Parts: sequence; C-alpha cells; structure tokens
Amino acid sequence: MLSKSVLVDLTRCTGCKACQTACKQWNDLPATFPEFDNNLTFPSKTDGNTYTIVEHRVTEKDGQDVMRFAKTQCLHCLEPACVSACFAKALQKTPEGPIVYYSNLCVGCRYCMLACPFGVPKFEWDEVFPLIAKCQYCFDPNGKYDRVGHGQQPACVDTCPNGTLIFGEREDMLKEAWQRINGDAKYVKHVYGEKEAGGTNWLYISDVPFEAFGFRTNITEKPLPEYTHEYLKWTPPLIATWGGLLTLMYFYTKRRSDVAKDDSKDIGV
Amino acid sequence: MAAQKWSFKMTPVRMVMLALAALAVAIAIYRLATGLGTTTNLNDQWPWGLWIGFDVLTGVALAGGGYSTALLVHIMHINKFNVIARSAMLTSMLGYLLVMVGLFLDIGQWFNFWRPFVSWGYHSVLFEVFWCVSLYTMIQVIEFGEIATEKVAKSWHKPIKRIMPVLLILGVLLPTMHQSSLGGLYIIEVGKLHPLWWSPLIPLFFMMSSFFVGPAMVTIETTLAGKALGHHVENSILRSLVRIAGSLMVIYLALRIIDLANRSALGYVFAGGLESNMFLLEMVAGVIIPIIIAFSPWSASRSGLVTFGVLTASGVVINRMNVVFTGMYQALGPGYFPSWMEWAVTIGLVCGAVLAYLFIAENFNILGNHEEHEPA
Repeated sequence: MLSKSVLVDLTRCTGCKACQTACKQWNDLPATFPEFDNNLTFPSKTDGNTYTIVEHRVTEKDGQDVMRFAKTQCLHCLEPACVSACFAKALQKTPEGPIVYYSNLCVGCRYCMLACPFGVPKFEWDEVFPLIAKCQYCFDPNGKYDRVGHGQQPACVDTCPNGTLIFGEREDMLKEAWQRINGDAKYVKHVYGEKEAGGTNWLYISDVPFEAFGFRTNITEKPLPEYTHEYLKWTPPLIATWGGLLTLMYFYTKRRSDVAKDDSKDIGV
Repeated sequence: MAAQKWSFKMTPVRMVMLALAALAVAIAIYRLATGLGTTTNLNDQWPWGLWIGFDVLTGVALAGGGYSTALLVHIMHINKFNVIARSAMLTSMLGYLLVMVGLFLDIGQWFNFWRPFVSWGYHSVLFEVFWCVSLYTMIQVIEFGEIATEKVAKSWHKPIKRIMPVLLILGVLLPTMHQSSLGGLYIIEVGKLHPLWWSPLIPLFFMMSSFFVGPAMVTIETTLAGKALGHHVENSILRSLVRIAGSLMVIYLALRIIDLANRSALGYVFAGGLESNMFLLEMVAGVIIPIIIAFSPWSASRSGLVTFGVLTASGVVINRMNVVFTGMYQALGPGYFPSWMEWAVTIGLVCGAVLAYLFIAENFNILGNHEEHEPA
C-alpha cells in the first residue's frame, strides 16, 4: 500500500530550525522565550505546544568533535502502538499514512503516551482541560491545518532549505535511503524507521550513530499492537468458557448444597 | 428491626479521618476546576503517577477479595465462608467506587469520561478494563442493593433477589477479565518495562495475585472489624481461606520463576540494584514467607493469620508499584514524585472509604450471621 513518507538525511541538516518554526506557524502553536539545552536545542523536548524540535548534539566522529542535528517528531508508524492503545478512537491511522488525533474523542487518559515506543505524544499539562499534542503530518482533511490532503508537502519539508527532508512514497524513500547509504561510506548502515516497531513513515539516515540523539535503537521489530492482540484475542473465548463454567458451577453446587440441607433436615425430624 | 434507625458513633480517630476525607474533596474540586498541572507532579515523562498506580491499579487488586469470596461462597457454595461474604463484598464495592473516583480525577477531559462507551477503541486493553470495571462497579452497587433493601426501599428487595444469580455470575466473570487486563495494559510496554516484570503472562500474574490477595484482605479486615465492631470469625474458617490463597501462591511463584527462566531473565533476580532488590522484596516478603506461614502451625493463631494477610497484601501493593514505577524507571528516568495534593487525595479517599464501611457495617446487616441470600 502506498504511504506518504519523509526521508531525513541528517548529514545535510545544518540545525537552522526553519522546520521547527514553520511547524509552529502552520499549526498556530504558541512560542516561548528560548532557554537553550543540550547546546542549541530549544525547547529540550517536544511538549504540549511543540510538535517538533531539532536536537543539537556534539558527538565524536573519526576522532573529532562534530556537531550534528536531528529533527524529531511523531514517526507515524505503519502499525501505531498509540492507535491500538486508545480506547476512545481519538487516535486514528489514515490510509495515506498520517496518524491523526481527534481531540473531541479524547478522554485524556494518556495511555498513548505510555504506549508509544518513541515517547512522542505529549500533554498540555498547564491547561484546565488538557489535550494530547503530537505532529499531525499536516494532515487535516476537514480542518484548516491541512496540507498533505491538498497534495502539498508538510510545512517542515516545504521549508527545509537544504534538502534534509524529502517527501514521497515510502517505497521510493526507502530506495533513495539505501542508494545514499550504499553510495557513500560515511553513512551508518541503518535506515532508522525501516523496521523499528514494525516500520515508520519517517525514515532517518545518518553518518553518526542514532544513539547520539537519544534515539532508541533496541526497539522490537514486531509491531507493538500485535503483542496486545495476542493477549486480547483470548478475551471472547475466555468470556464464553469461564462464564459457562461459572454458570454450571453455580447451579451444580447450589443443587448439591440444597440437597445436603434437605438431608440434614430429615435427620433433624 | 423494623424501625429505621441510623447511627454513627463519632470517635477522635473518625474525626481525623473525616477531616482528611474533607480535605481530599476540597483538593478534588480544585483539581477539576484548575487542571492536572496545578495539582499533580505528573509530566510528559511520567504521564501516570500515584493516582493511577495506587488508587486504580492497586485499589482494584486489593478489592479482589470481593470476587474471590463471591466465587467460593456464591458460585461454589462453600457455605462455611458465608460469614465473610458480605463484608468482603462491601469492601470490594467501596474499593471500586474509590477507583472510579480516582480515575475520574486523573483523566484530563473528565467531562468526556463516557466517550469509550460510544466510541469503541476495542483493540485497546484499556477498553476492556473500562467496560469491565464500570459494569462491575454497577453490578456491585446492585448487589449491595440486596442488603440495603432489607432496611430501605423494601419493595425493591424481591426483584433484586430474583436477578441475583445473574449478578453473581457476572460479578465473578467481569473481575476475572479486568484484573488480568490491568496487567495486560503493560504488555505494550515491551522493551520499556523491566524484564523482571514485563512478560506476555503479566495478565495472568495480575489476575492470580488479585485472587490470592482476597483472603489476605479478608483476614485483615475481619480482624480490624472484630476489634472495632465486635465481629468475630473463627480462626479455622480464616485458616482454610488462607490455605486456598497459599496454594494459589505456590502455583503463582512457580509460574513466575518458570516465566523468568523462559525469557532468560533469571539473571536479573540477583543482579543487584534497585530493580533486583525491589523484586526480591516483593517475592520473598510478599509471596514466599506468606506461603510458609499459611502451611505452618502458626496459621492456626490469629497473629499468624494477620501476619499472612499483611505480608501478602503488602506484596501485591509492592508488585503493582514495581510495575508502575520501579520497572519503568530505567525507561522513563527520574523526574516524578507525587505532590502533596496527590498524596492528600489518595489518603483522603481511603479514609472516606473506611468511614463509609464503618457507617454501612453499623447500619446494615453486614457482619451478622446470615443465611445464603439467594432465591430458593
């Protein structure tokens, strides 16, 4: 199935944060006064008002200190844990790929935050009625924040000045990623997002290990919803057998205890 | 008996509990009006804290005495346990009501709490938990109606009695499902929850522990009620109940060890550090020692029974806390300790439940001897 992907080539990123700004502007997200963390990262993490940030990290490469930058946001999993965890269908996967949040259905239980293997969903802790916040992939077919639905690129991709982010079909992006890796020895031989958590629509390639940015690299390749399904699929047969067994036990032992009572009465008389 | 008389003795201890419960109510209103950020220390790293960890996950487990006793008394008709049936059921009902309040306070869009009843996210474990816990709470309230209508709204007594068998069967089926599903919530934490606790079998472990903590809670509760309300249950009855729990704990212990071995996680047990130590505390003090007590001569005495009860219940509390906090610590990092308001709400809720128990026990036929209350 076709699925819209973004390929992020971290070797091209200069850390300009134009994507971060474009995201705030397009989505009407309030900005705050900068307090830098981890070199020039600001804010230090995505939050209730920030869908994406560019991590600035100093790391070592070939015996030299180098600066590298990584844009992080929702990876838009092919089989998203958050969607499987939401008990009110407030998070849904669209056929085009984006995982979209429907705030009117949200109860605010925050199970999606715990379920996400990448720690993506954030919460508006300062609000009286807080909602979940995460990248919507500029996909909002019935609302005013739509771009991808109109055939445009996401705001961040559109803004990127040096081709760090490219947007297209997932298959093509994967092909491009491996072509670049195989054509240049500087790349780490790993497309982050190709297999993680069953695959994601955001794909990363880099010339320094992904751990440098705090990316989790020990994530299972099996889609997370499958783990839950292997347990939940037992629910209907379990209800049927255990319910049946309880009913049988109820009437059988009741009869037995009634008979025992009658017997003891007879003896009494 | 016919005259409706209500009584509630006020003692200094009860006054303190009433004050704590009132404080919790005040903070709860403040929280609903101003949000979670103003009242709790929850954050993006730790979205679930004391209220979910203790009030909900632990609360539901400790209320397991309701369904384990119901299974023994009402489904299997082991009549010698009749004397504890009503008090166990009352504790369970109050426990679940407390859980519902805790949940309600914890969700961000509390006016939207009913949403999953119509918007079915059925592939979520939480969906099963939500349905089962709400239905079961409702069923328990109706079951309690059978007792309440002995005194008030008497015309409802007969109809309620007529549907009791259905309620009783559902009242064991539903908790079996959601007790396991509360563990099932953590299956998706694969790779995040420490291997000492994460397991595909965690639902089974949650279910079994909620079952064997039942007799432990009943033992504690009848001993306290014996002191406060003059309710005496013979040691021999409690002992056979404790031994049922003990047998289940032996299976539980064996399964957990086999499970660790299967996942090659046995090495973590003695690896030292926070996780290993907490795991050992949970298993030794909360499972192994209680098993020894249950099958030793000491369990013939009240002190042995109470020690069993306190250790087993503490073991289950530690287990749930380990899953919610200790086991997640490596993945989520430091950054959460409950605020004073979170503590105050938790403590106040428990005090409120204890007061409700005392009031109901003193005004309805909970502790007295009663016949099997089922339609002939």
